[in-house]
Amino acid sequence: MNFLEAKKVIFEYVRRGKDGEVDGFKRAIDEVDLDISQGDFIAILGPNGSGKSTLAKHFNSLLHPTEGTIYVDGCDTTDADKIWDIRKSVGMVFQNPENQMIGTIVEEDVAFAPENIGIDPEEIKQRVRESLVMVEMQDHRKSSPSKLSGGQKQRVAIAGVLAMHPKCIVLDEPTAMLDPEGRREVIRAVRALNDVENITIILITHNMEEAVYADRIYVMKDGRIAMSGTPREIFSRVEELEECRLTVPQVTKLAYELRKGGLDIPSGILTREELCRAICR
Amino acid sequence: MSIIVNHVDHIYNPGTVFEKKALNDVTFSVENGEYIGLVGRTGSGKSTLVTHLNGLMKPTGGGIYYDGVDISSDGYDIKALRGKVGLVFQYPEHQLFEEDVFADVCFGPKNLGLKETEIELRAYEALKAVGIKDEQFYVSPFDLSGGEKRRVAIAGVLAMKPEVLVLDEPCAGLDPAGREEILALADHLHSSLNITVIIVSHSMDDLAEHVERILVMNDGMLVMDAPTRVVFGHRAELEAMGLAVPEVTAILSDLKKAGLPVRDDLITIEEARSEILRVFGK
Ligand SMILES: Nc1ncnc2c1ncn2[C@@H]1O[C@H](COP(=O)(O)OP(=O)(O)OP(=O)(O)O)[C@@H](O)[C@H]1O
Ligand SMILES: Nc1ncnc2c1ncn2[C@@H]1O[C@H](COP(=O)(O)OP(=O)(O)OP(=O)(O)O)[C@@H](O)[C@H]1O
Ligand SMILES: [Mg+2]
Ligand SMILES: [Mg+2]
Repeated sequence: MNFLEAKKVIFEYVRRGKDGEVDGFKRAIDEVDLDISQGDFIAILGPNGSGKSTLAKHFNSLLHPTEGTIYVDGCDTTDADKIWDIRKSVGMVFQNPENQMIGTIVEEDVAFAPENIGIDPEEIKQRVRESLVMVEMQDHRKSSPSKLSGGQKQRVAIAGVLAMHPKCIVLDEPTAMLDPEGRREVIRAVRALNDVENITIILITHNMEEAVYADRIYVMKDGRIAMSGTPREIFSRVEELEECRLTVPQVTKLAYELRKGGLDIPSGILTREELCRAICR
Repeated sequence: MSIIVNHVDHIYNPGTVFEKKALNDVTFSVENGEYIGLVGRTGSGKSTLVTHLNGLMKPTGGGIYYDGVDISSDGYDIKALRGKVGLVFQYPEHQLFEEDVFADVCFGPKNLGLKETEIELRAYEALKAVGIKDEQFYVSPFDLSGGEKRRVAIAGVLAMKPEVLVLDEPCAGLDPAGREEILALADHLHSSLNITVIIVSHSMDDLAEHVERILVMNDGMLVMDAPTRVVFGHRAELEAMGLAVPEVTAILSDLKKAGLPVRDDLITIEEARSEILRVFGK
């Protein structure tokens, strides 16, 4: 069985009126099937309100399917006995770094989650050290989180998740509030965790450039998986992407315009290096 | 309205261990109808600066002048100013509080003392302009997705019909089509209605395609203030501040390094396209 499997998952939010009476239902996830292997780097794209965050919350049992089943590491996410195992193996990182900082110094912040589940103090120290090294924040271990840049704060949030020794990290728009350097730092850290530590990465983003590094992209629309494939496949289906209110990376756009203008450039260009090579060859 | 920001300082928590000088002698002026981008790495003071622009925060030194009048002076009508200077917060959660989406967008115009029908018309138009569907008008703003919340927050300010519109990261969390829609809306407010628009953004690509002038903040100081094209000519300085040039500018400069005789001071896709095609005689 794969690391993460979703089988015909449906999720409906219950909408309530002023007095708490049921007012209606909103189907946010509509028959989603997924099959994600340990070590995969997945990007999830899709328009606002298409169900990405709702789906992500299913991966660590914050939400349970209305219908269908999700298995994480072989466990059904609705199995009450397994919920802590699941939360340990799937960590979440959100958009706003400010709301994720708890400690007064970086080290405390990273130690928070493992302390909460009663891990031995020596072991915690070791984990905190390792986690900070993995996101290249060891030099800031004694800093106050308020003194860090946005990219540094997000890397501390990732270290906090790493200290739980997860098999998978789900990041819901982790770079939306970051400056260009912060974005690069976070994406570099995430890619390294995937490459070196073989941690499964599920990255939700509105930034097409960031999805280029994924092994596979899923595009959601109206609660369904509308497209899936490698970045090269997905970013060559421009019209379908536009129907999903998405676009292609800037380089891909420029490459497309140049090809239309008569330059002999192959399709499927995704990075600056590829475009330069194609133009200068 | 013309704006003058004159030697403005802002110190948070003065005299405590948490003291932080977030704005350090910031000076610039804005003519009526300008279209401006504000950039700077996280924590450089952008949000602090823009919350001064509608009088929500008071400078701890220096002053802010609208049409020549200091807004901190005695008897200045700050409430009227807030009706004219619309600020969309960086975090929409800080702006949404009513029971449903429609009521939330009505809140601002209601405060202006408008007639009920006018209030509702404005709210309707604003919600349509940001792409909120009718079926979401009466749900709680807290039951919306991240991007939907941001759209509603923007609508709430648009419904005030401000003369100056300040958008703090309006595109963060929006899908690509949504970004384009919001920026096109800003273009329209600027070019057709002559509204002053100030956009805080981390997306150099978006700013390159839209605004006319860019202010760069670094560590509480205003370090650059020039036309968009001029600012993006300073790649090394921008990168040293955690910023960047637009992706196409970086591509052109890579090509130039690789020996292709292209200009690398161009900033939009269209410009880059014609320049590269020109070099190849197409
Ligand atoms: N608590 C809630 N109650 C009711 N409906 C909700 C709730 N949270 C989200 N929704 C609705 O469910 C749908 C999916 O929301 P979700 O947050 O998963 O979207 P998303 O793809 O993450 O969007 P975004 O890109 O804007 O973050 C949206 O239509 C949203 O309005
Ligand atoms: N209420 C506050 N009390 C103390 N310090 C604050 C407060 N708000 C902001 N600061 C600090 O002031 C500095 C400027 O913050 P500001 O939010 O203006 O930056 P910014 O440029 O908007 O950053 P970002 O790109 O992350 O939104 C930062 O160092 C921040 O930590
Ligand atoms: Mg979301
Ligand atoms: Mg800010």
